[in-house]
Amino acid sequence: MSAPAIAAPRKGLADKAILLHVGVLALLLAAQFVLPEYHALSLTRVMLLATFAVGYNLLFGYTGLLSLGHALFFAAGLYGAALPAYHFGWTAPPAFLAGIAAGFLVALTVGAVALRTTGVAFMIVTLMFAQAGYLATLYFGNVTRGDEGLVLTDAVRRFELLGLTVDLADPGLRYNLALALLAAAIAITLVVVRRPIGRVLVAIRENEARTLMLGYDSYRAKLVAVVLSGTISAAAGAAYALLFAYAGSSFASIHYSIYPLLWTLLGGAATVLGPVLGTLIMFYLIDLASGFTTAHLVVVGLVLVALVLFFPKGILGTVRERWLPWLP
Amino acid sequence: MTDKIDIAGATTSTTTADAAGAPSPAATSPGAGATRRDVLKGIGAGAALAAGGLILGPGFVRYAQAQSSAPIKIGFQVHRTGIGAAYGRWYERTTNAAVKLINEQGGINGRPVEIVAEDDGTDPRRGAEVIEKFATQHKVDVAFGTLFSHVVIGSAPRAGELKLPYFVVSEGHHVASTKMNRYTFQPGITDVRSQVISMAPWIAGNLGKKVTMIYPDFAFGYDHRDYFSEAIKAQGGEVTTLIPVPPTETSFTRYFPNIPMDTEVLYHVMVGPAVLTFVKELGEHFGSQRPELFGFIDSLEAVDLASPGLEFLEGTHFWEGYPRYAGANPSAFDTFYREKVGVDANGASVSDAADISTYSHMFGCWETLYVLKQAMEAAGYQGPADKAKLVEATEALTEFAESNEHPQGAKVFNGKIHQVFGSQSITKVTGGKAELVHKTSIEDGMYEPEGDYTTMAL
Repeated sequence: MSAPAIAAPRKGLADKAILLHVGVLALLLAAQFVLPEYHALSLTRVMLLATFAVGYNLLFGYTGLLSLGHALFFAAGLYGAALPAYHFGWTAPPAFLAGIAAGFLVALTVGAVALRTTGVAFMIVTLMFAQAGYLATLYFGNVTRGDEGLVLTDAVRRFELLGLTVDLADPGLRYNLALALLAAAIAITLVVVRRPIGRVLVAIRENEARTLMLGYDSYRAKLVAVVLSGTISAAAGAAYALLFAYAGSSFASIHYSIYPLLWTLLGGAATVLGPVLGTLIMFYLIDLASGFTTAHLVVVGLVLVALVLFFPKGILGTVRERWLPWLP
Repeated sequence: MTDKIDIAGATTSTTTADAAGAPSPAATSPGAGATRRDVLKGIGAGAALAAGGLILGPGFVRYAQAQSSAPIKIGFQVHRTGIGAAYGRWYERTTNAAVKLINEQGGINGRPVEIVAEDDGTDPRRGAEVIEKFATQHKVDVAFGTLFSHVVIGSAPRAGELKLPYFVVSEGHHVASTKMNRYTFQPGITDVRSQVISMAPWIAGNLGKKVTMIYPDFAFGYDHRDYFSEAIKAQGGEVTTLIPVPPTETSFTRYFPNIPMDTEVLYHVMVGPAVLTFVKELGEHFGSQRPELFGFIDSLEAVDLASPGLEFLEGTHFWEGYPRYAGANPSAFDTFYREKVGVDANGASVSDAADISTYSHMFGCWETLYVLKQAMEAAGYQGPADKAKLVEATEALTEFAESNEHPQGAKVFNGKIHQVFGSQSITKVTGGKAELVHKTSIEDGMYEPEGDYTTMAL
């Protein structure tokens, strides 16, 4: 049975959307030249974590699958890169690719099993996988140094590429690598959601039974979403380990399954830029509030409550609903 | 062993939802004092203020004073939230007491000392972010005060890259392993390897030579397992059974049958809130026929030894970094230190007898600050341009005499591995209090250096 054609977005709107995303990335590129040092460093970290959230959003926002196990994918990338670098002295480029490959394999395996379930069961199964992964990082403490974690030496973070010496400790380089990764994640998301596969994912989110009836293989589409989402998350994890020289099991804990969910909900699920905005806001919320009061978590909590009241679909979700219906 | 920042934040938001939600109907309903326009204006003003805060944050305020009178800024990475909060509270009190005293005594190089505290949530990621904030926004002279090993290990690479001297108070072996960097020091508290190996001679000589170890199945437990096994072997004893317990465990009964009948000493080091259950179940398992018990006080820091459920510990022994109970003959230095920090002779807060201190660790903050003072004075430290001189001056330190500045006891500093060595205490629980029975020599805790930081580039 051939799949029915799905209408492409109107050209004018498409251009506007692409312009916006390119504009945001250009703004981030320019920001490094005007921001004070601390904010440039913070933005580097935020962009990496936002890449994680963008990956999460592909599954949660667009496909409607709520995973509570994304820490597993982030950690697969983190350890996939850090372990060969630490134990075998691999330099950053092959270690990064190893991290992505580890995330791909883990996502494919988890996806193939977890997608046999739906709804709450999917949530629980992904959570269990992630907990098993977290405990594995502790259990194999001789290799991972468990909760204490590993420090990557400067030697693996400094390498020759095309005759140039690349040093990942350089803040400018690190900023632009994080930006490149985020740009790639945003581009992949944009391409996916604007192509037929993306429309099928949204259709699955809205009504899976109907999508099936229309002749789409929903299991295969969902597996593609899990693998893409998991691999992007793993790329963020691998980059985090290599750029910040540390890998520890706290990054595999349940918190790192909740964080991307929180960032995505805050910024707006099923909007390409929502997770980026959510990550940025959460970072500065904690950072600024802790500067004013020791009870900063109360402030963070109150602001989150206010955001939920005024922006029930997340910031960009609500913006799209009220003012900018063309926002992808 | 991770933070609870966002989870706790989410929980807080849930518990405060009603309070926060209440104003919204009034803000939008007709006839109410505030309209949606007002609310939006308010949000706009708030955003402008926040943006202002962003731009005019502490990092951008320039000191008008001459550098000679500007304060020396010490970035204090403190566990205010997360699993280390009980320790963090007492680390903060001790630090504030020491800084107050240092300033009363004329500061460092004639300049006052200012503490810039930032919560790291006992989380390695936030820890690294806090280091970046110290270095580039607060522009502190040094960072200081971290306890939990994973936060130290997550933060140290950033401190090294930003060339920010980083003085930790962690007792982990990470600094002495020489796997950190030239800028990371631990000059105020001994490391776990030193603590563990110095216990072995006394245990073998007084409690027994056949040892079973119960320890947490993660890095901190492995340090105990590896270093103690080696040290007791050197004393002619042996660890006959190893019982690692996963950190998520809440009941321990099923592990106890693995303890062999001929065990002479049960060596336990359990950290986390499950320790009360652990002791209670251990009592139920052994009854009155128990082997000798030897434990590390880490699990019972900030916990009253007279708590219900801990009766089984009566007559057992503990390692303490610095005995919580002053005993009959405290040194004048100890009395001075207790008075300044606000701790009574039982190791509790003078204002609340139920608020037990983390006495075996927090002295490290006090002593580290005095080491810092000594090193800065030796280097003639004037400002961030002298950071390399400060590193070298700290590496050149060798000994600290027992004094008001070092109330826990005399110490020897090894500049090559950036680690201090000192004496340890063994106490026995008697009548719900721990009494000192043995104090090790500094040499008992010495080991061969594993590397040399001083050969690394500055």
